[in-house]
Amino acid sequence: MQAIVSKTLLFSCVDGPGNRMVLFLQGCNFSCPTCHNPHTKRRCNDCGLCIPVCAPKALSLVEGKIAFDASLCTNCDDCLRICPISANPMVSLMDVGQVLALTRQNLPFLTGITLSGGEATAQLKFSVALFTAIKEARDLAHLTCFVDTNGHLGPVGWDKLLPVTDGVMLDIKAFDEGQHIYLTGRGNDKSLASAELLAASGKLYELRLLMIPGKTDTRRELEALVALVKRLGAHTRVKLNAFHNHGVRGPASAWETMTKDRLEQIATTLRAAGLSQVITPVVWL
Amino acid sequence: MPDQLEMLRRITDDPSLSSAQKARALSLAAENMLPYPALDAETAKALDARVICDMFEGHAPYKPRYVLPDYAVVLTKGSDWLELPVPQDLDEALNTLMIAYHHVPSVTGMPVYIGKLDDLLLPFCTGVSDDDIYRKIKLFWRYIDRVLPDAFLHANIGPTDNRVARTILRVDAELKQIAPNLTLLYDPATSGDALLSQATGNIVECSKPHVANHPLHAATFDARGYGIVSCYNALPIAGGASTLTRINLKEVALRARDTRHFFTEVLPHYADLAFRLMRARIDYLFNHSGFFDSFLVTEGWIERDRFTAMYGIFAMAEAVDVLQAKAGQTGRYGHDAAANALGHRISRALSDLVQAQPMENVWRGRAMLHAQAGLSTDTGLTPGVRIPYGTEPDPVAHVQALAPHHAYYPSGISEILTLDETIKANPLAVFQLCKGALASGFREFTANVASNDLVRVTGYMIRLSDVAKHNAQKGSRTNTTGLGAEAAAKTAILQHQPRVMGQEFVAGHRQ
Ligand code: SF4
Ligand code: SF4
Repeated sequence: MQAIVSKTLLFSCVDGPGNRMVLFLQGCNFSCPTCHNPHTKRRCNDCGLCIPVCAPKALSLVEGKIAFDASLCTNCDDCLRICPISANPMVSLMDVGQVLALTRQNLPFLTGITLSGGEATAQLKFSVALFTAIKEARDLAHLTCFVDTNGHLGPVGWDKLLPVTDGVMLDIKAFDEGQHIYLTGRGNDKSLASAELLAASGKLYELRLLMIPGKTDTRRELEALVALVKRLGAHTRVKLNAFHNHGVRGPASAWETMTKDRLEQIATTLRAAGLSQVITPVVWL
Repeated sequence: MPDQLEMLRRITDDPSLSSAQKARALSLAAENMLPYPALDAETAKALDARVICDMFEGHAPYKPRYVLPDYAVVLTKGSDWLELPVPQDLDEALNTLMIAYHHVPSVTGMPVYIGKLDDLLLPFCTGVSDDDIYRKIKLFWRYIDRVLPDAFLHANIGPTDNRVARTILRVDAELKQIAPNLTLLYDPATSGDALLSQATGNIVECSKPHVANHPLHAATFDARGYGIVSCYNALPIAGGASTLTRINLKEVALRARDTRHFFTEVLPHYADLAFRLMRARIDYLFNHSGFFDSFLVTEGWIERDRFTAMYGIFAMAEAVDVLQAKAGQTGRYGHDAAANALGHRISRALSDLVQAQPMENVWRGRAMLHAQAGLSTDTGLTPGVRIPYGTEPDPVAHVQALAPHHAYYPSGISEILTLDETIKANPLAVFQLCKGALASGFREFTANVASNDLVRVTGYMIRLSDVAKHNAQKGSRTNTTGLGAEAAAKTAILQHQPRVMGQEFVAGHRQ
């Protein structure tokens, strides 16, 4: 059982409670124009186009497959910019044993582990196998297992993952179906159903909403958010993220950036409507 | 000597110094007009070239560099010399300490150690309400910052979880003052998660306290105990350090043909010169200055034989990179396993040299190795064994690269982990990082939250707004601001890389 991992962090304080080791799994089932990590979307098809742009020669083709030498890489990201299909030649394959070994090496520093992406649940089998192994290992069982997801997973999938998961951070991209399709390429019925299912199971750690001026911050969107949170429990953590067009490619790079004032205004509205845990960004760029 | 007069004139006319700061600068200048303690030619030459360095402590060491009185003595016996009766309640105890501090010399002219305050004050807190303790400590804290405004001045609390320690943490987070600096002595077996999490919560508020690895320090010292003072120096209580000299490891590495030459000849040679420099200074203090005739000794606040000598080193990062280059290796200190291992080997060699060198008038007859946290004049040189500013890896990799050094530096070693302000939304991450660092063998955990006005410069706290003000020639109330402004302008200190990984997943970015 292997996962395609685009990046591993030993220190993250923005992917759940405490310090978390984060695995970013490659590949996503949404296609968001607002994505800041487009290179995590697709899997590499070994076309080789990125090889010539890599000045330190960290990339090559070995038996028709892209090969990456991390010791030469200067993190310039030129290969990511050139890739025509939003893939990443620097991914690594990791099996559960390798992830457990890495976890053990850093154990005293860790509150838990978070699977993010791309879309973590798109590699469901691996996610379940990893969390199961952590829960079964005596020295690791105290670690909390979190998933950061777009919620595009059905009840059968959640049934497998939730018993070994401690918390889920769920992105809701939009409440209006048309808007959601525009923003992700897919409908939102699964994501909304996931919110209800996760809340009912007590594993919904946080709802995350990206506030895009004129798109996801309209009165109708906010009313729908309030209605959902009230169904889930007014104490649900609601994390508001501010859309920023810096670093976005394609049409969304022309969209307006969310201002601090406007976001604070939204937070005030939500709090006034009875939401008790509305969280706004600490850092503004 | 017109040059010297001109220098004195520059001090008296400096608009950015208060009159007290001028008086202090004038006394330093006067001391340095005296001849230096006698040195052999070779040592003098190495000192001139600043391969070895006396920290500009002055030409006539008439007081130890760091003095750590056992304040329990004056609190339980009073003082004949100061005509102080034995204090009977918390007010009297605080008043006695406030008086005592003024009679404790150090290299800065202000005390560097104001005691293990919970141990000292708890006996006076029986029957005192939490609210009263809070109000009294708040006034005491304000007094210290306004009257002894020096960030080298250090208070200790812990390792037990107690009312005084908690109140001090509460007051410290509220007031966010430069002084006193604060260290929590932490013992995973006895301190408890609640106290540590209050402390790490404070770090998020004001980048204080430091967290000291109590079991490691306790094993290094004796039953009388130790204190953490100034820039994270661990020293014997009822004693201190008579002097601190340091070796510029980069300069030593530059004088070596290759790594082998470095270890077999050049390092031992300069290490020896540093011992000679140290001896000359200690000789003056013990045999000429008369310091140990003071009431501090006769009343038992300090003991003549409890003063260690701090054997400092710095610029490990540059030394390793120089030796790596000479060997044709490209791996950089802090990032490459072989470069890091070379650094660890240098630390071990230094430790062996110090262990092998008997010293007179030094606690336990041996100097103590120290990773020196920098001077404001160190341009292009990294403090102690730290990783150069702005090139630090993520905090976990950072700790792992440096942890093996910590076993070799009993009189103090510290790394500053710079954390991006996103950590403010998640103080549990600081708590976990701290636990990880101490479990990995760090003697000291220090973190800096990047957007804070209050930041750590080499080893002491400073307000960024004070630096800006100082640069505008407005003058500053606190002594260390001058040093910090100099440090910020000369070194890359303000470029410490804010470091929270997963930047692209920070609020507003994650899609
Ligand atoms: S990363 Fe992109 S450009 Fe490079 S080989 Fe894979 S698909 Fe081709
Ligand atoms: S990021 Fe690394 S692999 Fe990609 S082009 Fe730059 S050096 Fe080459």
